[in-house]
This record gives sequence, C-alpha cells and structure tokens, in this order.
Amino acid sequence: MKEIVVLSGKGGTGKTSLTASFALLAGSSAVVADCDVDASDMHLLLAPVAEREEMFYSGKEAVIDNEACISCNRCLEVCHFDAVETDGTLYEINSVNCEGCSYCERVCPVDAITMKPSLAGDWYVSKIRSGARMVHARLGIGAENSGKLVARVKNEAKDIASKDSKALVLVDGSPGIGCPVVSSLSGANYIVIVTEPTISGLHDLKRLRELIVKFRLPSGCIINKADLNSGYTDEIQKYLKHEKMDMLGTLPYDEKITSAMVQGKSILEEPYSDSETAGIIREIWQNIQFKLGLDGE
Amino acid sequence: MKIVFTAKGTTWEDAMDPRFGRADYLLVFDEESKELSVVDNREQSQQEHGAGPRTAQKVIDVKPDIVITGNGPGGNASRALEAATLDMYVGAGEMSIKEAYDAFKAGKLDKA
Amino acid sequence: MKKPMKIAIASGKGGTGKTTLSTNLSALWAERRQVTLLDLDVEEPNSGLFLNGTLVKQETIEKFIPVWNPDPCRLCGKCQEVCEFNAVMKLGTEIMVFPELCHGCYACSDLCPNSALPMAARPMGELIHYRMGKLDFIEGRLAVGEEQAVPAIKRVKEYQKQELPDSELIIMDSPPGTSCPVIEAVKDVNFVILITEPTPFGLHDLKLAVETTRGLGKEMGIVINRDGIGDDGVERYCSDEGLRIVARIPQDRGMAKTYSAGKLIYLSHPVMKEELSRLIDFLEAL
Repeated sequence: MKEIVVLSGKGGTGKTSLTASFALLAGSSAVVADCDVDASDMHLLLAPVAEREEMFYSGKEAVIDNEACISCNRCLEVCHFDAVETDGTLYEINSVNCEGCSYCERVCPVDAITMKPSLAGDWYVSKIRSGARMVHARLGIGAENSGKLVARVKNEAKDIASKDSKALVLVDGSPGIGCPVVSSLSGANYIVIVTEPTISGLHDLKRLRELIVKFRLPSGCIINKADLNSGYTDEIQKYLKHEKMDMLGTLPYDEKITSAMVQGKSILEEPYSDSETAGIIREIWQNIQFKLGLDGE
Repeated sequence: MKIVFTAKGTTWEDAMDPRFGRADYLLVFDEESKELSVVDNREQSQQEHGAGPRTAQKVIDVKPDIVITGNGPGGNASRALEAATLDMYVGAGEMSIKEAYDAFKAGKLDKA
Repeated sequence: MKKPMKIAIASGKGGTGKTTLSTNLSALWAERRQVTLLDLDVEEPNSGLFLNGTLVKQETIEKFIPVWNPDPCRLCGKCQEVCEFNAVMKLGTEIMVFPELCHGCYACSDLCPNSALPMAARPMGELIHYRMGKLDFIEGRLAVGEEQAVPAIKRVKEYQKQELPDSELIIMDSPPGTSCPVIEAVKDVNFVILITEPTPFGLHDLKLAVETTRGLGKEMGIVINRDGIGDDGVERYCSDEGLRIVARIPQDRGMAKTYSAGKLIYLSHPVMKEELSRLIDFLEAL
C-alpha cells in the first residue's frame, strides 16, 4: 500500500483541484483522505455521500463553577494564555484562548474548575463519485489545528485501505508548514508539491522543501499556471534539479479548471475531458504512478 | 535477550506494525524464558502529539535489549529512546512477527 | 492619545489575495500617512517579497520551555503527571522535555517540588522590522520545523505595541483558514476584510471565515479578487447575508504577471490604484 501526500506550501496553487483529478483517475483502487481540515474543499468536486460520521475531541478546556468559586484569583495568576476573565465577582473561561493545560484546575483551592473534553470538529467516511471511499473532516471554528484531526483522518484512510486491500492512499494535505502538514507527512511514500511560477510560490516551495528534507521523503513538483511567468518556471525547474526533486510536469493556466469547478466537476470530465490540460494531468498521474510502481495494478 | 516488536496483533503469526509511536501492540519476547507477552498500545492512536515518547516510555519500562520495527521512530521517540541503551532494527514493516524475528536472527534487518 | 485603527485582512481559503491586498493597500495608504503592516502569516510570510525597505530591527522570537536540572531532581515524576501535552517525560533516570510539544503553560516548572525545571528561552522564529517611507513593515517568520504559530503571532503584535506605540493605523496580514492562528491574528482588530475569489471553493471557505468573524463580534467587509473568473455565488451570498462588498479587483493576466514578479500592482495598474483608493476612503470614514 502506498501513500501519496499532495502539498503546496502556498495556498491557491491548485492543489485541491489537482488532487481531486488524481482521485478520479485512481478510481476505486485508492482511498482518499482530505487532510486539509481547516477549510476543506475537495468534497465540492467529489460529491461524497457520508456513510459514517464521528465527533472529534482534541484536548481539554477548563470550566469554572461560580457557585463554588471563592474569587481567590489563583486561576487568573497561573494562566499564561489570558483565558480567565472576570468582573471581580464572576469568573469565566475564554474558550478560544484556553489551551487546556489544566494548570488552573490543579491549583484551585476549592475544586471549582473542571476540565472537559474539547469538541474540535467532525470527521466522515464517505463514498465518492469514483466509487472510492474518502475520509474527510471539518475542523470547528477557532479550534486548535494541532494535527491530531489530520492524523485521525489519515489513520482511518489507511485502515480502510488495509481492510479493503487498496493499493493507494491519496492525501490532500494542508497549506503551510505547521503541525497539520507535519502530521500529514508521517508515513508518506511520496510527496507531490503543487506550486506556481511566482515569487511567493518559489519562496514557499523552498520552505516546504526544508521541512520535507527533515523527513527524508522523496518528492516531486508540478508547476501550475506555468505560462504565467516563464522566468519563474525556469527558476523553479533549476531549483528542483538542484534539490534532486522530480519534475512531474507543468500545466498552463486554464480557465476551464474554474469553469469545471463551478459545475462541481474536475477538468477531466465532460465537456473538458479532451482539453490539452486534461491530457497533461493524465500524463502527470501516469508519471507519478510509475514512480511508485503503482501502474499495472 | 529481550526483544520488543511493534505489532498489529498479539501472536507470532500476526503482522508487524510498521509504525512506532502509534503501533497497536508491543510484543515482548524473552529468549531465555521463551515467553511472549503483550503490551496494549492502542490508546496511542488516539493521541495528539507525544505518541512517540509515550510509546518509548512503555518500551523503556520493559527494559528490552532490542526493538524491532518497520519505519523506525520519529524525531521525538528517537530522542526518548536515547535515554535507554537498546538497539533498534528497522525494515520489518511488511513481515509477520515470526518472519521479523527470523530476519533479525539471520542478520537481514538494518540497525537504525 | 488616539486609539489606533486595526484592520485584519483574512480569508478562509488560501491563495485568494491576502498578501496582494495587504501589501498594495498598505503601500498606497502610506503615501498619505503612517501605516504599520504586520505579516502574521508566520508559516509562509510573503509580504516582504513585495516591499523593499531599510532594516530597522531584527530579533529572534523565543518561546519559554522548561529545561531539566538534574541536581535538585528527585525523579518524582510530578512534571510528567501535570503535563497535558506529553512534552515532559520521565524516561528511566532522566527527565526529557520535548520542545515542539510544549505549550509553555509553566505548570511543570511551577509545580515541581524541587524547582528542577526552570523555564528558559528557546528560539522559534524571527521578527524583522523594515521601514519604507511612512510604511513600517514587521514580519514574523516561524522557523521551519516549529509547529506552533500562535506564540510567534503574539510576539509580532507585542513588538508593535512596544516599538511603535504611536502608530494610528495597523494592518494585519493574517494566515489563511479559521483555526487558532487566525483567531490570534484577528481577535484585537476593529475591522476585518475578508478577501475571496468568486468560485465554489472561494464561497465555501468565505462562509467559514464569515462564521469565524461573526463569532468574534467583528465588523467586516468583503473584497472579491479575480472578479469575473467563476460565478456569482459569492455576490449572491453577500447580498443574502447583508455583507458589504468593499472592493472588487478584476481578473487580469497583466496584474497576475506583475504580482508573479514580486512587484506592487497599483504602481503600474491604474484600475488597482483607483479601487484601493476608494477602499482607503471607505476605511478612513469608519
């Protein structure tokens, strides 16, 4: 079973649209994991029908019982996150600021504080248009995106792949380089980075590359909207060569991708499936499969 | 020698778990007494960060000489394991426990 | 002293133009008056790519984590007991701290009966302050491998309060999404600009961003970037929800090319300059 994680560093490069296209090409031989849990969009193209829904708890949050409280202010003194709010009489925990460290609970002399599990979001197992299963999630507003929900989505996808003997887990990762990205990298066999030929695209690609090197994972890059700035396309290709990263392909800026999205489709589908861009995406996917020994399965 | 395997099940025929921190079970084999015992580690799959060090702690408490696993521990777990003097062998991720043991004895696994 | 005007530029979806808007808006506005721009997208801070100025100050951003002192330690394990994040563990005969997991709550340090875990500073990123004309630009940059953005965001905001206390206008380029780094970036502002693209992804993520912003009780305005590329879903949503559209930036390949090269768009594209001037007038009147 192989695991491919698609990342971008910078947002807006087309990562999710491309991952959805790959998911459709992989068909039922793959299990899809949408790990871009803070504002996940892949479901808009894959039309999942939920088979299972679970609540997701992550960490704790403090709750103060004002009946028991004696206004000693110990909780206020020890909290490093400005989570205790008071008007002098009533004490309240600001749940957005509370990190769930339990320090206040430990020091309250009258046990007026309890820690309760913090509901961080929901996750789902669904069937998508290709016949494959997709695991996806919704992180709650203001929730801590610590990577735990990402880990849960990925682990569920891997378990399903294992049980159903699927050859591939395809992961849509998050933008950035923080916890959720680190969480989506663990256990990956190959990283696909989608970038764009802009100063920001290259800057973020380099930072992402630094992170991937720490994990010693092979990676390749797709340059999307490559015709926007040929100077940067060249520079990125030079960078990839220097870093010994695979050059997976370049895609032109194509409005059809957006037109297809508006219709809830990928560019691989009618009426765009014969377009040049669709053809290139298919080639790139073949390329990726070949690198992982997944072709001929 | 005492050997710990990261495992998906509780018997010799079960599969190795390629992961360290979130491995389902830790199987402990004492070569002298020929006893095979099990440490249930499944709660770690529910953990946020820190699964690696927690599992490392369980491993250290068992006081093994050797740990056999698949991919090897991540950064935090590696550091945690440095606190103990033991050797780790990797590459057994796709084997059964029995196969992993045989491979180790035959010198076929890489030392981490 | 007049209270400063604080404006956050945020979005649900990444890549909708937060940095484009924050850099162009700040630079144009700074032609009229002093502006402070904070780049709080500390995982991928990009504003600096578009702004060239003289360096005012550069400093390390630190977080405080416990450091084990073996001498007074009795290996009682209380530290591990009180740590909710698995960041402190008793392993054999040593206490190990895992800095990436530590949230800096001080519990283990304060509650250790033998004071064997004093807190010490540890680098986690960089803060850089540039000035160009009347624009003060401060960037927070998380070190690669560090996982928690919030402490870095807090430090940049704190720096502004300490070093530029008289600044009357502060613009914050926030990270994408709706999770806690965004909340940290946006929670103290007077006005939130949400920028999106007129597509299904843009609409879906805008709704999440609107929910977040409403949850914080903030006044907001919507900017539609790359206007013309998708459908009218965003327009209709804004109309239905009574949300003000405060600017529209058209899709333009020429502008995209200028952006790709790291240049400020308004300097060579009058349409952008006009639209942003109108936006500035609107914001000044708030």
